[in-house]
Amino acid sequence: MTVGINEYLYLSAVLFAIGFFGVLLRKNTLVIYMCLELMLVASTVALVAFSRFNRTMDGNVFVFFILTVAAAEVAVGLAIIVALFRRRQTIQVEELNALKN
Amino acid sequence: MSPDILFYFFAALTAGSALAVVLNKNTIASALCLLVSLVGVASIFVLLDAFLLAALMVFVYAGAVVALFLFIVMLLDTYGGDRKPFKKTTIVAASFGFALLALGLLTFVQRGGQETLATASPAELVPVGASLRAYGEQLFTTYLLPVQIVGFLLLIAMLGVIVLSKKFEGLEDVK
Repeated sequence: MTVGINEYLYLSAVLFAIGFFGVLLRKNTLVIYMCLELMLVASTVALVAFSRFNRTMDGNVFVFFILTVAAAEVAVGLAIIVALFRRRQTIQVEELNALKN
Repeated sequence: MSPDILFYFFAALTAGSALAVVLNKNTIASALCLLVSLVGVASIFVLLDAFLLAALMVFVYAGAVVALFLFIVMLLDTYGGDRKPFKKTTIVAASFGFALLALGLLTFVQRGGQETLATASPAELVPVGASLRAYGEQLFTTYLLPVQIVGFLLLIAMLGVIVLSKKFEGLEDVK
């Protein structure tokens, strides 16, 4: 049995679900952010697999753009986390409850 | 078949270290597991003949993003890195959400109607994404406007990061 597109898509789905699990489970903002990155990477695996098996370039080029946007997103997100820590002295989500009540 | 063994090895490596990111006690260890997982994804890209994307993945993610994460973790983490144990409700709720999403996605893949693609093996397909020339042709013809927009986006992100991390001492409303 050779590895076809379905195996790559299964891997992508499992990676995405693990990232989602981490976002639900963890309380540390930085780890939640890492899990968001994992979900983004899982979607790129599916795009590259579709591009490979359809013999088109569009998925690959799209992943190229996703990488660029992800780099910008990480920079801005981490700057926001640093600014948040500077004001509240914590990055645990259960202590960041200013909107509660 | 050696590519098959390689695929299963790298898939297990990627998924296993992704799980380790979630379950690790130490935030720094989580970041390093994320690094392993991203390198695993890069090797999956190599198996899919997307060599440029694999190299970019290692440069951008493993080089820049994980380094930035490690830097911020060491800057901010006040708990000595270790997390508190999970509450039982959180574990149950998160596992339920995980199972639901995983089931939905796997059903979507299985019933997604990929029969025409699934029969083809990668060995008999021409790898289009392997050549750098194809990327250049696409990026400078069809996707010329998105390339410029992305460049502008990077500039805006850089300015935004500078504004966010700068301290404004004379201004009251920015606090």
